[in-house]
Formats: sequence, C-alpha cells, structure tokens
Amino acid sequence: MNKILIVAKKEFRDGLRNRWVAGISIVLALFAMGISYFGTAASGSVGFASLSTTVVSLSSLAIFLIPLIALILAYDSIVGEDEQGTLILLLTYPLQRSQLMAGKFIGHAGIMALATFIGFGSAGFLIAIFSPLASIEELLTSYSVFIVSSILLGWVFVAMAYLISVTSNEKSRATGVALIVWFAFVFVFDLLLLGVLVATGGGVGDGVFSYLLLLNPTDIFRLINLSSFEATQVQSGLASIAEQGLIQPVVLFVSLFAWLLVPYWLAVWRFNKR
Amino acid sequence: MSDGVIQLDHVQLNYGNFRALSDINLHVPEGEVVGLLGHNGAGKTTTMKLLLGLLKANAGSVSVFGGDPLRTEHANKIRNKTGYLPENLSFYPQLTGMETLSYFAALKGADKKEKNQLLEDVGLAHAAHRKLKTYSKGMRQRLGLAQALLNRPGLLILDEPTVGLDPVATHDLYLTIDKLKQQGTTVILCSHVLSGIEEHIDRAVILAKGCVLADGDLQSLRQQTQLPMQIRVHGRIEETGWLQNVSDNNVSLQRINASQYIFTCPLSEKVPLLKKIMSENSVNDLEINAPSLESIYQFYNRQLTNNGNGDVRE
Repeated sequence: MNKILIVAKKEFRDGLRNRWVAGISIVLALFAMGISYFGTAASGSVGFASLSTTVVSLSSLAIFLIPLIALILAYDSIVGEDEQGTLILLLTYPLQRSQLMAGKFIGHAGIMALATFIGFGSAGFLIAIFSPLASIEELLTSYSVFIVSSILLGWVFVAMAYLISVTSNEKSRATGVALIVWFAFVFVFDLLLLGVLVATGGGVGDGVFSYLLLLNPTDIFRLINLSSFEATQVQSGLASIAEQGLIQPVVLFVSLFAWLLVPYWLAVWRFNKR
Repeated sequence: MSDGVIQLDHVQLNYGNFRALSDINLHVPEGEVVGLLGHNGAGKTTTMKLLLGLLKANAGSVSVFGGDPLRTEHANKIRNKTGYLPENLSFYPQLTGMETLSYFAALKGADKKEKNQLLEDVGLAHAAHRKLKTYSKGMRQRLGLAQALLNRPGLLILDEPTVGLDPVATHDLYLTIDKLKQQGTTVILCSHVLSGIEEHIDRAVILAKGCVLADGDLQSLRQQTQLPMQIRVHGRIEETGWLQNVSDNNVSLQRINASQYIFTCPLSEKVPLLKKIMSENSVNDLEINAPSLESIYQFYNRQLTNNGNGDVRE
C-alpha cells in the first residue's frame, strides 16, 4: 500500500507542477461561468442563469471536455515511461505492476477530481451568489451530483487512457488511439444510435434504447445530470427516459462505476501480461 | 542449487519464433565482477532482463540469490538486493536530481541519509536541486548509477554504464566498481568499451547469437586462444647470440631500429624468451603486452564467422 501511495504522490505532484490542475480548473471554471452568463443571450439579455439551466448546457460541454482532458492527462502514463526508459527501471524495483498502475491511477484520479472540483465548484459557487435564480440548496444537492458525476466521468476516461497506454508501443500511436476513442464515445456512438432509430423507424422501444445508452459512459453521465433537475427534465427530450423511471439513478451510477472498473482491470491484466 | 549469486542452467528464451538465448549456462559467485560482452543482439540485454525477473525463460532454470526472480515471494527480496542501471536512461525531466533519487529511494525503502551520500559520491551534490532537463547525458548517467547503488546492492547490473561519461567520471565509476567488489558486491558489467573494463573484471563472458562463446578469466582466455603476445625491448642485443635462432620457437622479431626490438611469441614461450632477453646486459627497458580483451573478443568472433555461424558484427 505504501508503494502505491509513493507512486500516487509523485504523479499528483507532477500534475500540480505541470500546472495540469490549475489549467483544467481554469478551463472548466471559465466555460461554466461563460455558459451561465451568456447562455441566455438568445432571449435578448445576458446574466447568470439558474444552476439548473446552467447544468443542461454544462453537462453537454463536460461530455466533450472531460473525456478529452482525462485522455490527454493519462494516455502516456505507461507508454511514456517506457519510451523514456524509466518503466524498465521501475519494474526492477520491489514494486508489483499492479501497484505501479494503482499508484499512477490514484495520482491521475486525484488530479482530475481536484481540478473538476475547483473548476466547476468555484463557478457554481459564484453563480449561486450572483444569480437571483440560483439557490445554495441547488448548489449543495443537484449541482453536487453534477460535480461528482463529472469527476467519475473523468476517472472512466483515465482508466480508458491506461488501457490505451498499456496496449500501445509508441506514444504517437497512443495519441491517435486516444483521439479515436474520444471521437467514438462523444460523436460516433450517438450518431449510430440515431441511425438505428431512423433505420428501424422508431421500432426500438424506449426500454431497449435506454439500456443501449448504458453502453456509452458519456450518455450515462448525461442521463444522471438530466434527471437531477426538475427544470431540465422539461427541457430535454433525453431526460424523458430518466423521467419514465426506466433507469434508476443508482443503476446509472453503478454503470458508470463499471465503466471505470472494467477498462482499469483490463489495463492491469494487459500490463501484467506484457 | 549452488551458493552462487547467479545460476543460469540450460536457459533458453524465444521472442516468438526468434531464439534469443540458446542453452545459456552461467554461474557467478558472490563478489565477482563479470564482463558480459557481445555484439548488438548477442543476448546480453535479454540475459540481464532474465536476471531482473523481467522475462521468463522458455526452458532451463534461473536463480538469483537462491530464488526464482519471477516468483512473487522471491522477487521483492531479490529486487531489494539488486541495483540496475539500464542503457539510455533519461529519467523525469521535470524533477530535480534529489527528487528523482528520493522517489527511487522511497520505492526501495532506502535510508533517507543514503541519497545525500550517493549524490556526493557520484559528484552530483552541487546539482542536486537542479531539474534533470538541465543535466548533461553524463550527469544523468551518474544519477542512474546513484539510484543503482541505493540500499547497497548485493548484485549490481550495469548496462553500458560509461556511455556519456567523461574520462574522469569513467575512472570514478571503475573505482566504485572496484570498491564494491571489495565489499562483496557481485557486478555484471555490460560494455562495448573493452579496453576500459579489462582491468576491472574478474571474468569475461562472451555471448554471440544467444550462446556463450567463451567464459573465463583473462588468463585462461589467453591460454585458450593462444593469441601471441608482444615484448618490446629497448637496448642493444648481441646479434650473433641466441637472436639468430629465435624464430625456431615460433617467435618473430621486428627490428624497429638498432636499439629497439619487438618480439611476438606464443604465451608458452614468454618465460623462456624473457630469460634470454634479460641475460643481455645492454637491455635498458622492456614492455610486455599480453593479448588484450579486445583481441580475445575479436578472436572468438572471427572464429564464429569462419565457422559459418552467422553474420557477426564486429
């Protein structure tokens, strides 16, 4: 356990030193504040919107940003060490491969969690203060769900980045695969689902459709957040699935956890086989 | 199983269809410094990786400190007692020398005071708090040596340790190896700079195409190869005496000038020839050049090529 913490501490410090935490926090905070402030521009005025309105837009933005940030943060965690010659050295130390992986994951997960908390948390706090429509209660309940699920989404893609990193021989290849993975989950999957719906003339029932959404962690994240605000349930068609109670929030969270554990476990297994 | 630090018995290892090691046998007792030599692709790095538990042999047995380096219950004990300096190590550019050594020291459970002393020993105390991206290649190599020496290893495996080092640092490295040997550390030294390691190894193991081509101390390898040695004589030798029949005993003579001669002879003729030379009153000085490690290495590789056993690069 101690060895895991030594590796985790080093990775986390690297994240602070390389300004990953600061950079991610600033990007997330600026986007959140910007969306909240300018989101109402279409109605002819600007100003901080309510947290529920903000979260609808923000969850769509987070689906793009958080997986990309997580993949960029961790895609070279193993292949990068391999290229600079430190991996072979670390493997000759009294440290098991699973411990090395766990330490690195905890470090990167810590960076993602802290940056997301600071970025979205500070933005949410300011919106709650300055918006007459927002309330502290919303901040402490549903907006917290948004932050927690954002952190979890980040961890899912960190785990995917590890799987990419242990299966790639070169950093450049890992970069390419990471971008493909991001593109597939963020764009392609939903387009495919749409294609299925169109091709079957809506023949796919709500039940099947909602469970198909569980095959994409970004859709799970979207469902979690759309079901957290009553206002958003009205605003979003997708939230009707949550509204109909087809998938319970606990199932959504468990599914997101599964999306974290399966790629991570596969990465450890593959790393041990190398 | 013997009490040696390293015991490889009939080890075979394949990378897919390519046989990297074929029937390797190697026994290294405690405190011995072994030069592991061979051209690129001969199997040196693969052998080192086997010893470090990074690869699994397809056949044969591998034992380090009496245990299998791949078995979890032995692996950590072996790794705690083993220091390794890989080739082309670049470390983490964003960390300082001290931070890097602290990280590796923590992973090895080394004493905190030890890292300061090691940085001092490898001549990096002045740069301990500088980031590694400002280090020269030689400085990084010295830091690599410092991490390999953490926890006073019983087995030290060095892969091309002098790459990037200046002559002074190279000399210091060899002094360190000599000192470690006196303290009972077993050293596996892999280097292409044969002239540099010749004075510091107890034994040379020459690998080629995954096989042990030769294994022994320098004296026994000289005996096996029967490579000629040279004696350079300064002074006048009476031309009418024994010198006239010198070639009868496989000794060749080259006259550089009237007072300088080079005799080339087999090892077996060394002592009789020296006696004759020393009987000359006018000999002022002489230099004896035994076959070097370099020439022994070249001899074995030539032999392999002549036997038609592959495309040995020299």
